[in-house]
Amino acid sequence: MDYARVLRGAAGVAGFLAVAELVGLSGLVDDRFLPRMSTVLGAATGLVADPEFLADAGATLTVWALGLLLTVALAVSAGLLLGTLPRAEAATRPLIEFLRPIPSVAVIPLAILLFSDNLHLKLAVIVYAASWPVLINTIYGLKDVDPLAKETLRSFGFGPVSVLARVALPSAAPFIATGIRVASGIAVILAISAELMAGGSEGVGIYITEAASGGRVDLMLAATLWAGLFGLVADAVMVAAERRLFRWHHVRTGGAR
Amino acid sequence: MKVVTALGRLWLVPVALVVWEVVTRAAEQPFFPPPSAILARMHEMWFSGPLSRLLLTDDALADLGPSLARLFSGWLITAIVGVAAGIAIGCSPRLSDYVNPLIQLGRAVPPPLLVPFFLALLKLGTPAQLATIVFGVVWPILLNTIDGARTVDRQHLETARIFGFSAAERLWRVILPSALPKIFAGLRLALSLALILMVIAEIFAGTDGIGYRLLYTQRSYLYPDMWGCIVLLGVLGYLLNSAFLLVERRVLAWHRGARQTT
Amino acid sequence: MLKITDLVHSYGSHRVLGGVSLSVAEGELVSVVGPSGCGKSTLLRSIAGLIRPSGGRITLGGRPVERTPDDLAIVFQDYSRSLFPWMSAANNVALPLRRKGMDRRQRREAAMAALDQVGLADAGSKYPWEMSGGMQQRVSIARALAYRPSLLLMDEPFGSVDAQTREDLEDLVLNVCAHHGITILLITHDIDESVYVGDRVVVLTRSPAVVAADLVIGLGRTRDQIATRQLDAFVRLRAEVGRLVRGGHTGHTTESTSVLEKK
Repeated sequence: MDYARVLRGAAGVAGFLAVAELVGLSGLVDDRFLPRMSTVLGAATGLVADPEFLADAGATLTVWALGLLLTVALAVSAGLLLGTLPRAEAATRPLIEFLRPIPSVAVIPLAILLFSDNLHLKLAVIVYAASWPVLINTIYGLKDVDPLAKETLRSFGFGPVSVLARVALPSAAPFIATGIRVASGIAVILAISAELMAGGSEGVGIYITEAASGGRVDLMLAATLWAGLFGLVADAVMVAAERRLFRWHHVRTGGAR
Repeated sequence: MKVVTALGRLWLVPVALVVWEVVTRAAEQPFFPPPSAILARMHEMWFSGPLSRLLLTDDALADLGPSLARLFSGWLITAIVGVAAGIAIGCSPRLSDYVNPLIQLGRAVPPPLLVPFFLALLKLGTPAQLATIVFGVVWPILLNTIDGARTVDRQHLETARIFGFSAAERLWRVILPSALPKIFAGLRLALSLALILMVIAEIFAGTDGIGYRLLYTQRSYLYPDMWGCIVLLGVLGYLLNSAFLLVERRVLAWHRGARQTT
Repeated sequence: MLKITDLVHSYGSHRVLGGVSLSVAEGELVSVVGPSGCGKSTLLRSIAGLIRPSGGRITLGGRPVERTPDDLAIVFQDYSRSLFPWMSAANNVALPLRRKGMDRRQRREAAMAALDQVGLADAGSKYPWEMSGGMQQRVSIARALAYRPSLLLMDEPFGSVDAQTREDLEDLVLNVCAHHGITILLITHDIDESVYVGDRVVVLTRSPAVVAADLVIGLGRTRDQIATRQLDAFVRLRAEVGRLVRGGHTGHTTESTSVLEKK
């Protein structure tokens, strides 16, 4: 059953590649603008051994990982603070609701002015944009904690800090994890947008800009393909990790429905 | 009474504004104009026009008009195509098996990476901008619609079969309404994403619009103007989201009612 | 008008129906009762053409059932999932009438008439979630009535409502059957109910189900929740069906339950 599904998926991909190749072969489009699929795939294979591309990919990955780490550290602590202090949360909620809808890329021009260091700039915009889902999910997760579990611990004489560490944090963890997964997608978008807008010396965005100015559409698409594949794997890894770590959560909510 | 509680809830907003004003005035940093200066600039740029045009100036029409046109046309085109494709895929497990890997890959591509490609392939301006918006926005709409169409209650489908609904009735009266809550969730996510992509598209492939003005003001060191653009974009995002929620509440009144009772 | 011969169905290696044969005459109200999990719903879904049975024959009005028959309606147990929550009660009732070639006004009138028959004349513009469970089930019955089916299938139609509503709905079904001459096959796990509403009671054994007994009730068509249940004949029949159902539970075969029946 599952085997058939994998086979169909592979057939779908093969069909897409074949159609794209045929469109290229038919001469309907100028292959300077839209290169043939085989050319793109060839270029993608070539990129694996291209030190320049690898350095650029590594640079973007580093910024992404650092930015995400900072985001998690800041947003989870802020969320814990606001989640345990309901009055602070009520007071800041309108502020959050006004700040959140600002399209995140709009702050990049501002950040360009404020930060002379390219890395700081990227980290700042990533943290600004990616913090929202983590912050909101953390607050939400803490609200969702079973009050009975908290009171049980309290009745055994545990202080507020141990209640937070032993009950609130573990039961909010699945929500936080989902927020981090959303944030990771946003972080990639911001890292690349910042590279495109602010320039700099390395990064996938820079690689693509250079390929564009050299008229190498095949290299642009090949690099984009690798970015997509990386995103796919990163997302799959996070989903799998969530499933493994929080199996109890899925069982609980699954049973309640 | 309601006003008082609303004020009680919102007290931090004016406080934050005042603190911002005081701090920026004291610091006298050109990058950080005080909010009063930003507001004055926004008023001057966009909202000092004649009453007959709702106070909008020529600049406001020149900035907002193309931007909103782009945003809505990109979003609407994608909504129609995405919902239609999503229903078709969601109703056919086989079709969904074939296209699922492609959809997952497409969703994982960071949309800004494709802007240089669209610029190389299409013309600068509207075509490349629309392509950027459509490509970025299609995934949440598509995935949510597929999920909604796939999870139609079996008993609803059986009822349709028993009473001999035609294929069109099944689609319009059963599948589409029951997928609607998920479709709306996707559309709302897509709307906020469309705003982001509109800014990106105008910055890289634009000759007009708010995003273009944002870039222009930054390059010309017009800091209050630049801040004005950022604030305007924030207000726009807030208004779009609120307006969409209003429509969603009306259209999905049955859904909220049904959720509350069961 | 409905004739089932030697119906067999298995899910994988699990055999649910082990050769069920029964027939329902025009205008009859037949209740099918059996221990839970005995395949009652599978039987009903086979008749409705929702599943294709592994073996056997079903004919409705002389024609074999291969897909969902044109003039058949169902009232499901789970009313909350059977009515469309995005439509008002009247629209829920009116929608299936489109294929009957009625125009909008005719559909509307037929829907209102059907709602009136189930005692919901004023509730046409209400949405399902604005109504109680009993009211929703009435709408479900009105939808089936308006459709004018030659056979109405009811799958545990009163299983999810409170006792008082249940009695009201039982009387409503008896009333409908008497006044409209609709043929009804009603599935239930409630022994008392099967006797109270049925002209005939068909008892199934536990799975793989076969017909353990087919009893004619003969209490007449006008029944009363209190008076009928006090009749000696009712009490005797109820006890008999009860023994038969329980006999199925302990794994007796058809022959041994027949022996019990004779005692």
